[in-house]
Amino acid sequence: MTGYGVWRSVARDRRARVAGALLLLLVGLAVAGPLLYHVDPVSMDLASAGVAPGGAHPLGADESGRDVLARLMAGGRVSLTVGLLAMLVALGLGGTVGALAGYRGAWLDQLLMRLTDAALAIPSLFVVIAVVAFLGPSVTTLVLAIGATSWMGAARVVRGELQTLRCQPFVEAARALGSRSGPIMRHHLLPHLMPTILVASTLGVGTAILTESALSYLGLGVQPPAASWGNMLSGAQSYLFSYPWLAVYPGLMILLTVMSVNLFGDALRDGLERQHQPPFGG
Amino acid sequence: MTRFVVQRLGHGLLVLLLVSVATFGIMQAAPGGPSLLADPKLSIAERAAIESRLGLDQPPVVQYGRWLARAVRGDLGTSFLYQTPTLATIGARVPGTLRLAGAALLLAVAAGVPLGIAGAARPGGLIDRAGTGLSIALMSVPVFWLGIVGILLFAVWLHVLPAGGSASDSGSPGAADALRHLVLPATVLAASLLAELLRYARSSTRAALGQPFVQVLRARGVAPGAVVWRHAARNALITVTSVIGLQLPRLVGGAAITETVFSWPGMGRLGVEAALARDYPLVMGVTMVVAAAVVAASLLVDVAQMFLDPRVRAA
Repeated sequence: MTGYGVWRSVARDRRARVAGALLLLLVGLAVAGPLLYHVDPVSMDLASAGVAPGGAHPLGADESGRDVLARLMAGGRVSLTVGLLAMLVALGLGGTVGALAGYRGAWLDQLLMRLTDAALAIPSLFVVIAVVAFLGPSVTTLVLAIGATSWMGAARVVRGELQTLRCQPFVEAARALGSRSGPIMRHHLLPHLMPTILVASTLGVGTAILTESALSYLGLGVQPPAASWGNMLSGAQSYLFSYPWLAVYPGLMILLTVMSVNLFGDALRDGLERQHQPPFGG
Repeated sequence: MTRFVVQRLGHGLLVLLLVSVATFGIMQAAPGGPSLLADPKLSIAERAAIESRLGLDQPPVVQYGRWLARAVRGDLGTSFLYQTPTLATIGARVPGTLRLAGAALLLAVAAGVPLGIAGAARPGGLIDRAGTGLSIALMSVPVFWLGIVGILLFAVWLHVLPAGGSASDSGSPGAADALRHLVLPATVLAASLLAELLRYARSSTRAALGQPFVQVLRARGVAPGAVVWRHAARNALITVTSVIGLQLPRLVGGAAITETVFSWPGMGRLGVEAALARDYPLVMGVTMVVAAAVVAASLLVDVAQMFLDPRVRAA
């Protein structure tokens, strides 16, 4: 169970290398791009409204004359931040629920799992829409709403792992030596859970970015003039006939980001499965 | 069998109760009231009159109690936005969503499952690589963007399909016209479910192909195609049905987006409008109808699984 072996296996995986490089490029564009490309993403210039890609605006300008490239970079910062933070919220919530249910078991497990079933029965996107519409759109609301409706997967995965782990001899040994639940969880169980959590959270970032973009598209996400990949597309649909490029670039950014996150997560999972081949603790 | 169904029905009702409490709680906790009260021209007295007419002046527990008491009798209240009975308003929009989601489900199963099984039959082959690539791409694409690109390609540039709506305003409102309007939204909505089904069909067929009974079949000289499609695929279907059950909520959520992109008259768009206008009864209504449908569907999936899998029946 060394992390080293997993990384070596991931590094050998061709799709993981491509996905990782692409992801680095996209993150770099969002983080460092604005430092190199000094164009204000929110300043309007009606004279260049709807200018086609090329010249002063490499990727064109939108219906208010705002530079598309600058907005893609600024929007990337927002989309990536929301994706990461929402995943952390979901992981915190789901991990806690899953840990309590899986480690304590008995009636608490029953109660928490019914709660998880209920949460899974609601179309989560729809609830997020309702929550954000009620609380008012902002980055904080988005992060909390997306996180609070996507914890169920993490909860189930952590619970499942713990149910098999807590019966292992080394846990019993720790308990026999007088360790209490908290330290057992931190020192003995968490290290074993890390790989599963890592995979679940990688894939979770992708889903969170997709949800953020959908909400922004509906007008419930980041509010203009601030840019996000989703809200750039919201405006674009009205101008499909006149400025079709407005609809293409932000969508491509989302697609490429989520795809490289998913590919990387898949490679990570494959690497871990290969690690698990000799039976656990054998 | 009967006992199992009754037990699952009980679970389902409990889930519905939890969903209603959660939805109600979220609405109460959120700042600001219904958009009906947001009008700055309202005097304090008028506001108070509206609040007492709608029962909003009562404590939340009383409001929820009243809602629940009426809901169990099949009355979900009156929409603030439309001033019509909530259930009738939703009912009018249900057929649209059913048509869209049904077509998408059909498409996803018809395309995703055979592709997954064919990929598993020859791992690493052309079909397998194409299928895996397709599923990765479809899982990563934002639903609404796929819709926009579809409109751009087929409606704006090629002029072969309509850009939105469920029927033409003019001309013959026949079946062909309805179908033409359905093609693009249904394909877009099917995308992520198709990707998911393809992945699961592939992995469970591969798992089935590694089992001893497959070796026996091969040893007895059963044709390779028959081993995959008649014997291994049958095992894959068990996983596929449970994945369908798990993915239904996401299908409905995706329908809300797809309906908005294509101005499709359905329940999802109604729900978005209701949430935006803070129309409490309508939001509660849509959430409950959707949750009930999901609970019923997952019950159906469980029952279907008992027919498909003798191991479940025995348990």
